[in-house]
Amino acid sequence: MNRFFGFVKKEFHHIFRDYRTMLILFGMPISQILIFGYVVSNEITDVKIGIFDKSKDNVTQEITNKITSSGFFILHENLNSDKEIEKAFKKGVIREVIVFESDFAKKLERDGTAGIQIIADASDANTANIVSNYTKAIINSYVKNELFAKGLPYEIIPEVRMLYNNSLKGVYMFVPGTMALILMLVSAMMTSISIAREKEMGTMEVLLVSPLRPLPIVIGKVIPYMVLSFINAVVIIALSYFIFDMPIRGNIIFLLLETLLFIFMALSLGILISTASNSQLVAMFISMFALMLPTMLLSGFIFPIENMPKILQWLSTIMPARYFIIIVKNIMIKGSGIGVIWKETLIIAGMTVFFLVMSIKNFKVRLE
Amino acid sequence: MENHENIIEVRNLVKKFGSFIANDNLTFNVKRGEIFGFLGANGAGKTTAIKILSGLSFPTSGEVKVAGFDVYKEREKVKKNIGYMSQKFSLYEDLTVRENIRFYGGIYGLSNKYIKEKTESLLERLKMNDIQNSLISSLPLGWKQKIAFSVAIFHNPKIVFLDEPTGGVDPVTRRDFWEMIYETSDSGITVFVTTHYMDEAEYCDRVSIMDQGRIEGLDTPEELKKQFEAKNMDEVFIKIARKQ
Repeated sequence: MNRFFGFVKKEFHHIFRDYRTMLILFGMPISQILIFGYVVSNEITDVKIGIFDKSKDNVTQEITNKITSSGFFILHENLNSDKEIEKAFKKGVIREVIVFESDFAKKLERDGTAGIQIIADASDANTANIVSNYTKAIINSYVKNELFAKGLPYEIIPEVRMLYNNSLKGVYMFVPGTMALILMLVSAMMTSISIAREKEMGTMEVLLVSPLRPLPIVIGKVIPYMVLSFINAVVIIALSYFIFDMPIRGNIIFLLLETLLFIFMALSLGILISTASNSQLVAMFISMFALMLPTMLLSGFIFPIENMPKILQWLSTIMPARYFIIIVKNIMIKGSGIGVIWKETLIIAGMTVFFLVMSIKNFKVRLE
Repeated sequence: MENHENIIEVRNLVKKFGSFIANDNLTFNVKRGEIFGFLGANGAGKTTAIKILSGLSFPTSGEVKVAGFDVYKEREKVKKNIGYMSQKFSLYEDLTVRENIRFYGGIYGLSNKYIKEKTESLLERLKMNDIQNSLISSLPLGWKQKIAFSVAIFHNPKIVFLDEPTGGVDPVTRRDFWEMIYETSDSGITVFVTTHYMDEAEYCDRVSIMDQGRIEGLDTPEELKKQFEAKNMDEVFIKIARKQ
């Protein structure tokens, strides 16, 4: 044990004596969270929606058809009660529910006006905004083209309600994304670079010649980054909670456990990268181009995955960050438990195992 | 050479990387306490062989015993008995002299008390008391080389492997370094050293010369010179290389 602690201590020396490392470790989280505040996005396609038709008459049917044939929306399910709306959102598949008030056509004929309620899942603020605007536009054009054209001076009033994130705060978007990015950066990139540095300097050979076994060497190198990553995650959560008023509706212990799992995943990815690279530069390039950019662009952090070309959507399914973002959003904003996000959790756990197995395999090949 | 106990025994060692044969059927012994020179041009297979002997790499076939233990089956026992210094003078640049010694002593499981006492005497001997708290990155190459060597034998191994320990340093520093090697050898540690400086070959008790994966000559420098009818080791080496 003494040997092992000496090793960990040495690793902390490396970190604390390099101002660049320190800057990345502690400057990044704060600056990132401030930088990624303003995120823009543009179009949507194939958004899954639910419809709760209390009226079920020919007008509501026509409007429904208009919406589903627009190419922007797919009718995922028909709902039959107010209670089902909340449930449908919690499943996480649909982004919007359209509610037609009862006696829609009758009211329209009698009073000249009827109401439609548009409820959007605003845990993803941008998408929610865009989705509800598109819906409004379709309804308005229906009124204009179908009703006014026939000389019927009717009016349909869409009422938009944002669920989970009433004020459409961008912070709800970028906190989970920033967490994923920072943890990737610190855990995967820093670990791979620090192991690659030992190889480059030749100190790895000396360690491998010593009675220390490879596994404790790797664990000793990884532990400091794990500790620091975890501190970073806590700092990000605290910043978003106290400064940006981001809610933590779910269980915080559960959130931290999921975070730890993601950190494990990133660390094993970092180890895998380091087995494939013999210098710090190579490790850095692989981390940068294979991890950082895809994490930012393909995980749904900045651009909604629905809007991507199909091929990029497929690519995004292998982005660990994608699942972590879903997990964090669900826990923090919706207050979901493991029942909702077990699939994402399982995927990240699977990736961790995969990366570890690959690293061990790579390591053995090198010894042969 | 009155001691004939073998500390390294290599029988028919073969190491292949795909179809490339890096070590072609090597057989040799190293005797306890001697300075064994392992010579050859770049790419002759020296580093591959030293990696196998020090447990960094596995042989494709053949039998290799170091300090009486099989490198394949008893790696951990081998590791406790050897020291290793790479051609990069592997020290941590961002740790101080004292921290490096402390760290390397620590990974061999030596007690704190022992490390402390030995560090004091080592710093005294190297005359490095004044710079013990300087970072390695601030030191000249020759000093790093001495520290790296001292660290490699800090845990009193039976054998120390030196992989081109004199690369990149000036002739005076090289001379100083060989003084350290002699002292080490006198204290009973077997020294296994690779080099491509032929003048250094003269300092060794016995020398093996590798070419294209094979050992082409193995004896004392004097015998080798006689055998190849050469004035110095340089000539021996060239004759071996030209034979192909």
